[in-house]
Amino acid sequence: MSEQTHAESSTDTDVVLEDTSNHDQIAIETSGEVGEVLLELDHVTLRFGGVVALNDVNFQIRRGEILGLIGPNGAGKTTAFNAMTGVYTPTEGAIRFKGKEIAGIKPHTINHLGIARTFQNIRLFPEMSAMENVMVGCDARHKTSVVGVLFRTYRVRPSEEELPESGIRRSLAKVFGISRHTLEERAGRRRSMELLRFVGIADRAHELARNLPYGYQRRLEIARALATEPELICLDEPAAGFNPAEKEDLMGLIRRIRDLGHTVLVIEHDMKLVLGVTDRIVVLEFGQKIAEGSPEEVARNPKVIAAYLGEPDDAA
Amino acid sequence: MDFDALISGLDRHTLDGITRGSIYALVALGYTMVYGVMKLINFAHSEVFMVGTWTVLGVYTVLGVTAGAGIGMVIAATLLALLAAMLASAGTALAVERIAYRPLRKKGAPPLIFLITGIGCSLVLVEIFGQVLRVVFGRPFGRVTVNIPSVLETKTVFTIPGLDLAVSNTRILIIVGAIVMMLALDTFVNKSRLGRGVRAVAQDADTASLMGVNRERVIMLVFVLGGAMAGVAALLYTVQYDITKFDIGFIIGLKAFTAAVLGGIGNLRGALVGGLFLGIVEVYASAIWDSSWTNVYAFVVLVVILMFRPTGLLGESLGKARA
Repeated sequence: MSEQTHAESSTDTDVVLEDTSNHDQIAIETSGEVGEVLLELDHVTLRFGGVVALNDVNFQIRRGEILGLIGPNGAGKTTAFNAMTGVYTPTEGAIRFKGKEIAGIKPHTINHLGIARTFQNIRLFPEMSAMENVMVGCDARHKTSVVGVLFRTYRVRPSEEELPESGIRRSLAKVFGISRHTLEERAGRRRSMELLRFVGIADRAHELARNLPYGYQRRLEIARALATEPELICLDEPAAGFNPAEKEDLMGLIRRIRDLGHTVLVIEHDMKLVLGVTDRIVVLEFGQKIAEGSPEEVARNPKVIAAYLGEPDDAA
Repeated sequence: MDFDALISGLDRHTLDGITRGSIYALVALGYTMVYGVMKLINFAHSEVFMVGTWTVLGVYTVLGVTAGAGIGMVIAATLLALLAAMLASAGTALAVERIAYRPLRKKGAPPLIFLITGIGCSLVLVEIFGQVLRVVFGRPFGRVTVNIPSVLETKTVFTIPGLDLAVSNTRILIIVGAIVMMLALDTFVNKSRLGRGVRAVAQDADTASLMGVNRERVIMLVFVLGGAMAGVAALLYTVQYDITKFDIGFIIGLKAFTAAVLGGIGNLRGALVGGLFLGIVEVYASAIWDSSWTNVYAFVVLVVILMFRPTGLLGESLGKARA
């Protein structure tokens, strides 16, 4: 009981520090059950000319878990990410998301299906504000057509709280409705702000992305990816360049992302972080899967130890 | 050299320059938006403008309006011509994108191929109006200059006191029309969801598509918007000059491209600044020296400015639409 109280109070301080948001606005609706297979790599091979970047890789990501994808440099982790998000098409094998084959589908369509990602080397829209970066993500879920945006043709009857306060505009909105684009823009702004609060960078929402400090940029990438309401979010080395305290924060953030309803795939070099935050781990080396299992199993696996520390000679 | 001519008519020349520059600026928007998103100079854009001017003629001919029509008819005909020119120009731009550029993009063609394809499209469109349509329909198509009825007769609306500068209705239409269209476009790109998508693609196309932005749709959108702006420019041009010709787009397109580069290609507000600047410089220089050298002045100014500011007056970047 006392442990429970302690856990709660420590979560509370977290919340006060970096997350005062209303999660109703940013939690996502999921269509399946926790534990079912969400994404599956089925004997995926990817060659670039003579180089085999992925060699017959099999693994599954289950809904609601935090899966770690680890391996030495050049093991094919980012390549696997790129294949899942539509940047590369596998040479052989299939990638299925919610049972649907997604290899060869355009990146923006895969995003609409429910996969989003961040980048190892930060790739924000540098000349947009933090807020706008997140709004680009929100836009992926908005429905108004080109005509609807240009001419505001699609009108909806606003609810009481959507109505403007002042007299004439209020009457006009009552008669003609409000364009769906306007409502979507408002909702997008609210949601973006909530997400910025969620990742803990709302204080600099209106600064250009290129002027933000490094740690903020990393968090902004996560917020932007979350804005597209992905069922699966792929984080590519989110802790790169972080100090231990920041890594600790990030672990908390990753858990809270899962609690919102997202399934999380994380590539990471930092073993402490991976072992600390993930439910399961897949290990790649030279484009091949060499191990899969719980953090404890993987940490004990001699192949994994060898891959990370080099082949142990007999003396060792 | 006749600086007295410039000084004595400075107000009039400035008004002339702004009028001319407004048209350059509107056409320049098409170059600059396509460049911002695709890093491509769409050389067929000059013909997008040309198609607009012919559409205006077509609308007037069909309606049977001529100079001296009643005020209601003038307004209706002008609005209809504006709408038709915008649609025709946007349609032409979209057709060029769909027929010529998109297949190349799908095959991953190198940038030079796009460039020469654009020039090819431009020649095809020119020859359609200079040759093909003449063979099929006869006059007014062909290689001669065609008069467009001056439906909107030029009248002085007011005189600026003190300067003794007469401002006519056509000039008001051109300057106000150009400014309104530019403000609308600027607001669209900075404030709307689609504008955000355009800026996202301009800044990092691959990342944008991974964040769910449909790049193909953004490309279509910039061609359509750029085309529509060229259509507006076409109507305003015919209001001022009352003519069209199969190759009318060539010089206007070249000047508008110059204006876009002057202002900083890829930058919407740069197109406005570049267009107005170029228009004013041309008129001033023509007043001081000989007006038959107008084109020379324009390009001398371009070269000189780029020597000192290689990315144009406001710098390149559609992503950074705020100048």
